[in-house]
Amino acid sequence: MPDEQPEGADEQPGDDGPEVAAEDPRALAERETALLASLQAVLGDAIVEHGDACGDLVVRVRPDAWRRAGEVARDELECDYLSFISAIDWTPATRPAGDTSGDTSAPVQPPETTFGVAGSTGRFQVFARVASTRRHWGVTLKCDVAEGDPRAESWVPVYPGADWHERECWEMYGIVFDGHPALRHLYLPSGFEGHPLRKDFPLLAREVKPWPGLVDVEAMPDEAGGDDGGEA
Amino acid sequence: MVLSMGPQHPATHGTLRLVVRLDGERVVAADPVIGYMHRGYEKLTEFRTYPQITTLVNRIDWLSSFANEVPFVHGAERLMEIEAPPRAEYIRTTLTELARIATFLLFLGEMGLQVGAITPPFYGFRDREYVLNLIEGATGGRFHPNFNRIGGLKEDLPWGWVAECRQAMQKVLDSCDEFEDLVVGNPIFEQRTRSIGIIPGSVGASYGVSGSNLRASGVDWDLRRDGEPYLSYRDLDWKVWTHPDGDSFARYWVRLQETRESARMVLQLVDGLPSGPVMAKVPRIVKVPPGEIWVNTENPLGEMGYYLVSKGATGPFRVKIRSASFGNTSILPWLLRGCYVPDIITILASLYFILGDIDR
Repeated sequence: MPDEQPEGADEQPGDDGPEVAAEDPRALAERETALLASLQAVLGDAIVEHGDACGDLVVRVRPDAWRRAGEVARDELECDYLSFISAIDWTPATRPAGDTSGDTSAPVQPPETTFGVAGSTGRFQVFARVASTRRHWGVTLKCDVAEGDPRAESWVPVYPGADWHERECWEMYGIVFDGHPALRHLYLPSGFEGHPLRKDFPLLAREVKPWPGLVDVEAMPDEAGGDDGGEA
Repeated sequence: MVLSMGPQHPATHGTLRLVVRLDGERVVAADPVIGYMHRGYEKLTEFRTYPQITTLVNRIDWLSSFANEVPFVHGAERLMEIEAPPRAEYIRTTLTELARIATFLLFLGEMGLQVGAITPPFYGFRDREYVLNLIEGATGGRFHPNFNRIGGLKEDLPWGWVAECRQAMQKVLDSCDEFEDLVVGNPIFEQRTRSIGIIPGSVGASYGVSGSNLRASGVDWDLRRDGEPYLSYRDLDWKVWTHPDGDSFARYWVRLQETRESARMVLQLVDGLPSGPVMAKVPRIVKVPPGEIWVNTENPLGEMGYYLVSKGATGPFRVKIRSASFGNTSILPWLLRGCYVPDIITILASLYFILGDIDR
């Protein structure tokens, strides 16, 4: 009685496809190819590029096909689960390599602009991850966003969970999602100015005081020049 | 009437604020206000090196810190094409499951408290202590182990730990039986939780609800079994628990079964612990080759993932942190509509979120 497992959970209606063989590393590549083929069959030339990120399929679609791509992933690939929607700013980091002024503790990124898997045409890109809870596969979708007027189609009509993700993306990157019911601040206070995850937004804590390590050179309380707040 | 619950309401487990519009006792609309604990981890990761970031990610879901480290180090390891030795992977799996047990024991007690039972939290806190002692014994930290290194672990298990672990797991199994008797079979608990806050599986998935919450809605999906193979789960004999109802009771029931299952997994893991080193050969300065990777794992609260973009530096270029509680709570406006005020407490408790995991 205590170990009773409710019935009905194991039934997967309509799931007559082959079992996903995860043991064979080559099966993944085949699975990817098949996923890409089903996306291409519906989206056609709306797919700009595709790539492989350590075994995962990454597909970049035209900006005007962004919502359509979400619908196709949901309906054709059975990706019923929205993992996240986010964005990326491909500008090299604020501090160029060779600049040794100020805080030098942060890792130095290469100075040239390079784009990730499946490429990009410009600075901003929106990307999302969806997965299938029944088929156990997933796909990463990307779409370029114009730098001057960053906009993308909202996915709220496709995945209701997109609501919070898009609000976060809007406040962090300033990307407007057309068709979103209410783009308002999610994490930040409502009067906040600026878009913190853009690469040109400084990490103010580091601007005010270099960190870490440099605090060690402060004089001890009993040393010359130290404050007198210590034990007398 | 508009009722503002929180950000300091005891039922919100931290600083979640719910702005609830009421018609009598019935909820017309609920708007969660989050961000009181936003620490900007995604920005901070761009200013830290890889080894420094494990310290940060420890603090996302602070009840199961060890489990947060695992996907991050796996991401870096896979991009660097290094593999942790089998012993390290086994110990990682053990500690991840211990983190799950500690997290769930707290839930099993606390959920009782939220619906008016005072005894269960004492049991929960007492039994969680056995597990936290184990985590502290192995890593030195009760809450924030920071024990993972890229390529393995900081050090091996201390002498005598395995024997202690076996004893503690026996206590956990007994404790689960206690909770089964005390809470699951209790008619008041059933009345407060049955048919309250029903999430249909398809709705849950479209909101990004994951983990035990989704399995309690009948979705048979567990990344330990169904995701990209990680840790040592393939070597273990275990099962994924689901419940068809999708209500608050189902969520409690699934977590109770999963606590048991995890304890059994830990027993298998310490029995099969391979010998050998716990650290692979890794350069002194960790540089991750350029590339992108999506790594996700089944954390106690649900799907935790990192989308890691590297440009070959000592720190990542961009890290998107996908935390479980974010998806789990984003369904609240949908879920709370139409329920009654006391049910808000039950639903919040049964979804089981950690504020740090929502706000990051």
